[in-house]
Amino acid sequence: MEIVLSVAIGVLTGSGVWLMLRPRTFQVIVGLSLISYAVNLFIVVMGRVQGGAAPIVEAGARADPARFADPLPQALVLTAIVIGFAMTALLLVVLLAARGVTGTDHVDGRETDQ
Amino acid sequence: MTWTDHLAIVPIVLPLLAGAAMLLLDERRNALKGLVSLIAGVGLLAAAIALVQRADSGVVQAYALGAWPAPFGIVLVVDRLSALMVLLAAVLGLCALVFSLARWHRAGPRFHALLQFMLMGLNGAFLTGDLFNLFVFFELMLAGSYALALHGSGAPRVRAGLHYITINLAASFFFLIGTALIYGVTGTLNMADLAVRIPAVPADDLALLHAGAAILGVAFLVKAGMWPLGFWLTPTYGAAAAPAAALFAILSKVGVYAILRLWLLFFGGASGGELLLYGGMATLVFGLVGMLASQGLPRLAGYSLLASSGTLLAVIGTGEGGALAAALFYLVGSTLGVAALYLLVELVERAREPGAEILAVTAAAFLGAEDEGEGPEEEVGVAIPATMALLGLAFLLCALLLAGLPPLPLYLAKFGILAALLAAEPVPGAAWAILALLMLSGLAAIIAVGRAGVRIFWATTRTVPRVRVVEMAPVALLLGLCLWLTIAAGPAMRYMNDAAQALRAPAPYLDNVLRR
Repeated sequence: MEIVLSVAIGVLTGSGVWLMLRPRTFQVIVGLSLISYAVNLFIVVMGRVQGGAAPIVEAGARADPARFADPLPQALVLTAIVIGFAMTALLLVVLLAARGVTGTDHVDGRETDQ
Repeated sequence: MTWTDHLAIVPIVLPLLAGAAMLLLDERRNALKGLVSLIAGVGLLAAAIALVQRADSGVVQAYALGAWPAPFGIVLVVDRLSALMVLLAAVLGLCALVFSLARWHRAGPRFHALLQFMLMGLNGAFLTGDLFNLFVFFELMLAGSYALALHGSGAPRVRAGLHYITINLAASFFFLIGTALIYGVTGTLNMADLAVRIPAVPADDLALLHAGAAILGVAFLVKAGMWPLGFWLTPTYGAAAAPAAALFAILSKVGVYAILRLWLLFFGGASGGELLLYGGMATLVFGLVGMLASQGLPRLAGYSLLASSGTLLAVIGTGEGGALAAALFYLVGSTLGVAALYLLVELVERAREPGAEILAVTAAAFLGAEDEGEGPEEEVGVAIPATMALLGLAFLLCALLLAGLPPLPLYLAKFGILAALLAAEPVPGAAWAILALLMLSGLAAIIAVGRAGVRIFWATTRTVPRVRVVEMAPVALLLGLCLWLTIAAGPAMRYMNDAAQALRAPAPYLDNVLRR
């Protein structure tokens, strides 16, 4: 499980960074989205990977931390998802505005000489 | 709990309510929106002054949100430093919104609401005592700033805004990774609890913790504009509308604040100081070379902001207690000065005839940017007489202030910094380097601002701009506050000293937050 998650985070981050360094605004936004997925996974993993455990204590059960998943990273990741989503939407609007104002989808607003 | 205890939440709730209320108002009711915004701004200022007074009595107030005790719930903490930063944000917010009443708030939709939301994010970032909550308030503040940076639209703003948003989103991911790593190692996000737990972290996990802290630091240093992370700052702030740019003067100080607070709280300033020191010095060099090279005033203001960030980071990096107090004084003085400069730049640029600028292509590009979004609007209100004389006087004062000439606050601050650094026996080499750089940056500032002033005020071809009282009043207030800081340097320095001491000995902070 750990190895699958680590590879997933690594691949997502790597692809995200590569795309973010590309000159087209659409590639940048897709790259940022991929990095944000990687970061969200990373936050969950930081609460220890634990399969089949609920993040809440059952009524009447012994409060043994080993039997429950850590609820805090799950709360954090929800917040991070919402914020990341909102910011990506905002960036998408600016991207469209930049395309409209400058007439190109280059990140600098003008084509570099090839 | 008396009602005065709830003052701690006022700087967050008041702008939130005002901003939300203004979203419901019709877009055409500018006067009413201006009034609501003004009332909220004055209210925020009053609350901030009350907070500073309370904090100055030595009380560290921990305000438990939802009455959950720390470290389980989120707390707001009001101590001297956070109260001071809230006051600074309130002053800049009020000045920016009064300035915008003349014309800028009509240049695009929802200006006042966005300004209030950004103030809310700023205040929250200064007050919060929880690492993840700090992230949330950072994002709120940035969301407001993204929209304000684009206020007035136009190609240069959109182009700069795209870079600004992208780099800050990337920095936010650094923030999240750093926070998650720190949580993974320590199991808490409360700043005070972290300060207690970090010394007890087993040696095996230390590397992971340090990596997390370093990644977190990158996020803050991007905000503070440390070289080489600060290239986005000058174009964005230069392209932004004047009131927005003035408010942005404190945005880079949020990064400095976060570094100062967390670094001293978590590690007691023990490790990583060299990085801040050399990074700060590099930023200072970059800022002063940039100041000399810049042809347009907005760029000049941006580089002087970078130079002030660099100074602060370098001085914080030395870890010298006495210098820290003077650095806080410098932070206040330079923020007020740069904000005043950003407002003034817009006013004096109106005086220049388009085309009179022979030297600078860049300046012309920026002039074009400034004109957009204003449109042919009717000029209402009182235009002040002797405009050029007043503008010239204000500009001169700004130049003296930023160059740090006596007796203005930045001179006192630099003097304090150097006195503390050179008091050590033997004087470390870094102190000499800072001494040289501070002198050079003052010289660069006076040359650059003086050259720009000569070009503007002694130009033969110029139109006298129409400047209104509501536009001049915020500039006068900001510069007046700087003069007042000179006169009241004694009490102000004492406050900064107490704040710096509390930062270096955080036991009362920890006791109050954790109710020990």
